[in-house]
Parts: sequence; structure tokens; C-alpha cells
Amino acid sequence: MINQYEVIETNEMIEKENLDVRTITLGISLLDCIDSDLHKLGERIRGKIFEAAKDLVHVGEEISREYGIPIVHKRIAVTPIAMVGGAACRTKEDFAYLAKVLDDVAHEVGVNFIGGYSALVTKGMTHADELLIRSIPLALSTTERVCSSVNLGSTRTGINMDAVKLMGEVIKETAEYTKEADSLGCAKLVVFCNAPDDNPFMAGAFHGVTEADKIINVGVSGPGVVKNALERVRGENFEVLCETIKKTAFKVTRVGQLVAQEASRMLNVPFGIVDLSLAPTPAIGDSVADILCEIGLEYAGAPGTTAALALLNDQVKKGGVMASSYVGGLSGAFIPVSEDQGMIDAVAAGALSLEKLEAMTCVCSVGLDMIAVPGDTKATTLSGIIADEMAIGMVNQKTTAVRIIPVVGKGVGEKVEFGGLLGYAPIMPVNPFSCDEFVNRGGRIPAPIHSFKN
Amino acid sequence: MKKIIITVVGKDTVGIIAKVCTYLAENKINILDISQTIVQDYFNMMMIVDMNASAKVFGDMADELAALGEGIGVVIKCQKEEIFDQMHRI
Repeated sequence: MINQYEVIETNEMIEKENLDVRTITLGISLLDCIDSDLHKLGERIRGKIFEAAKDLVHVGEEISREYGIPIVHKRIAVTPIAMVGGAACRTKEDFAYLAKVLDDVAHEVGVNFIGGYSALVTKGMTHADELLIRSIPLALSTTERVCSSVNLGSTRTGINMDAVKLMGEVIKETAEYTKEADSLGCAKLVVFCNAPDDNPFMAGAFHGVTEADKIINVGVSGPGVVKNALERVRGENFEVLCETIKKTAFKVTRVGQLVAQEASRMLNVPFGIVDLSLAPTPAIGDSVADILCEIGLEYAGAPGTTAALALLNDQVKKGGVMASSYVGGLSGAFIPVSEDQGMIDAVAAGALSLEKLEAMTCVCSVGLDMIAVPGDTKATTLSGIIADEMAIGMVNQKTTAVRIIPVVGKGVGEKVEFGGLLGYAPIMPVNPFSCDEFVNRGGRIPAPIHSFKN
Repeated sequence: MKKIIITVVGKDTVGIIAKVCTYLAENKINILDISQTIVQDYFNMMMIVDMNASAKVFGDMADELAALGEGIGVVIKCQKEEIFDQMHRI
């Protein structure tokens, strides 16, 4: 039978170390809503999402209450809208109308984000894909809760450089459209290489076409719990360090598994996956960078950071895999800058540069995340940064992403405040040299060879 | 069996256990196990209870016990047993 110390340990994790379930994300297929009449399509989308998700928030709150574990977000992911709207949308405004439909229904059912305003263009763009991508600035500036993602490359297909170029321009335009709110629109827009179909985390969640009609995916979190566990093994060798991370990750993931199963049962929707990610928040003590410091670095970004992050990420997976029957999504440590106080401190101290962050993304999920750069950064430079990150994902057969915010009207040394879970970020310097000719070539980068690995 | 873990944490004072137990008895909630320690003047109690025979729903019991705790200056929390089982047992 459970003893008192186990109960105290669990409750201390929840109360003092910010253990929470970060999100229950309900994936909903919209393929059966497709219609060539835009308004009929909108009505069907609204109807299907509302019917599927009307109890989501309530169920999340009830589970949270029964187990005493906070469930921070309840969210929805839908089939990439470029596919759903392809037959009905003729203009950018048509697609933006669908974004409005998603936003309205998100408000109605009470979820704080709805993901899936997306296009999958790893090899080429259909007319609808391109129209959707071009409508992103309008869609994100006229909605509040819609998140957008574009998959630009994969290990099997290579990188669609035409789309990479276009996304550099779209990110700039989105920043411009939302400049009154410090270019907040870009915080809801992410580009991927090897995007997973079952990611529960925003802004990149969408409901892949390989998924069932509806599915429950859960993202757990607990950087604070890992950090506290590591405080107790200061000075010990790597074996002890790794074992401690693994055991802690196991416990954290078990909570996610429990919540996922309960949500699945109560909503009568199949359980998909648990995403084993260490997702930080701006709250003190809820930081991945602090774990790196606890492993032995003065700041995140110091020499040794990539190795520390690699072992952290690997041990989290090793512990988590046994704790859950199905693991998926992104599963790894997130290293967003604005959402992690320790990362913000590292940037402010000059310990962490964009280039070091890029190196770190080689060993962890997910990529360059929530990075604020000067508003006058050129579109081609953004495309170059994206291409670099996509190449890391493509060659290493992993998911990588870029969520970068060129903050209009701000420069290096200034700060940008997004508020809430998105936190604030110092504007980071970008390499000033040009990659115009590279980006402007057009076409695709071929898929990499899968042999002779070095 | 619907097992619930009740934890009570707060400044030690006379009659904490009595008040909680009275509430449980009145609502036909059976106590299966009880353990208690004092850590640095702080009262720490854990109860495992079974509410199979009770007419109460979980949410109401949690609210009423939380309110009862506020009255005597302690924090009372109710959680279903599975969260601890899942976390600490393979």
C-alpha cells in the first residue's frame, strides 16, 4: 500500500516543483468536412469540432481535481487546413475565413489554442498549400487562438527551398501585420522538418492524415522536478546523474499516462501518445536551462552545453519510454528562449548565442524556438536560418523547427514582452552576412543518403 | 473499491484528526489506513479511505474537507489513489 513518504514526494513535486501535465490535446480529423462551398465547409468544421471538443475543458478540469495535478492547457489540433480548404478556397481571404471559424469554435469550447492552420509541403506546394501559406499573416493577425505550422522538409524528401524562401517572407509579413503587439503573430507560427503527426504541443500541433478520426495526445512536463532531483546528487558521477534523470522522468511520465488514459475514457476518444518533453515555462524553477546549470554549467551556452543537453534528452526518453504504453510527438527537452527564465538569463549574460542554440538543436527537440531577432532582419536571412535548421533535421532524421520573431521596431539589446506562458525575450543578434544568392536559387535540396554515415 | 488519499498539512492543534474522522464517519467513508507525523511543528497526516459506501460524490467531499480544513487552519487535499500508484509502482 502507498506510504506517506511517497504521497509527500508526489505532492511536493506538484506544489513546489511545478510538476504538471502541460496539455491534453484533442486531435480531430476534418477530412470528412470537405466541401467545395466555403460556408458549408465552415459550418461543418465548426459543427464537428464543437461536437468533439465541447466537454474537453470540463473533463480536463475534472481529472485535474480528482488527482490534484494541474493540467495547464486543453487544446485542439485539426487536419492541416490546406488539405481541408483546398476545394473551397480561392483567395487568401477564403483561407483566413476558415482561420476565423477555428478561432470562434476555440472560444466556444474554451480551449486556449487550436493548431492545424498548416500545410505540408516537404517536396512541393499545391496551389492550396501556397495560398494557405500566403494567407498566414492575415489569418494570424485576425485571430487570437489559431496556431499555424508548415512542414518544409523531411529526411525522405529533402528540403523544399522554394517554400523555405516563401516562409522567410511570410514570417516578416506576419511580424509586420502584428507589429502593434510586438509581432506576436510569429509566436504562433512554426516551420518544421520531419513534423510529427501527433505532436500535442503548440504552435506545431496538427492532426496528421495518418491518424484516427479523433485522438487524445498528452504532453507532460517537469523541468523543476528534474532540477530538484539533481540537486540531491550534486558532485556525483555521470552514472548517478543519468540514473536520477531517468527515474524522475519515469515518475513524471506516469502521471501523463494516467491523465491520458482517464481523458480518453471520459471523452470516449482513443488514447494516442504521451509526449515526453521537458517543456519549460517562464515561472521560476520551471526551466530547462536551470537543469543544465545543475548538471554543472555556469550558464546554458557554456562549453559542455550540447553534451549536457544530449544526455538530459536521452535519459528523459529512456525513463519515459517505460512509463508509457505509447510515446510520440516531439519527446525531448524544449529549449525556447522566451519561455525559459534560465535561457533568458543566459542570453542576457552573453553566454548563449543563436549559433550555440543551433548546435543544441542537433541533440534535442525541437529547434530554434521563441527567438526574438531585430525587426530589420532580412527575409532571406530568416530563410537561411530556417534552411540551416531544416538541414540538421533532415540529415539527423529528427524533428527540427524554427519559431523566430523579427520584432518590428526593435533592435539588439531591447526586450520584447509576449505575456503569459510565452514570457519575454531579449532581442538576439543575427549574423549580418548575406545569404541572398543561396536562398534565391529556388528548387529543392535532395534527400540525403542513408548510408556512409559520418 | 474507490480509494482516496486524504492529506492534511498544517500547524498542529488539538482535534484535527477528530474533526476529519467525524466528517468521514458522518458520510460513511471508511478509513483503511492512517499515518501521522509532526515535522518541524507541522502536522502531516495521510489517510487512505474507501468511499464505496458513501453517497457523496468525490468533488463535494473534496470541497467540504477543504472547507473544514480552512476552519481549523490546515490544508486538506483529496486525491484518487491511482496517481500515487502509477508514480511509485511499476
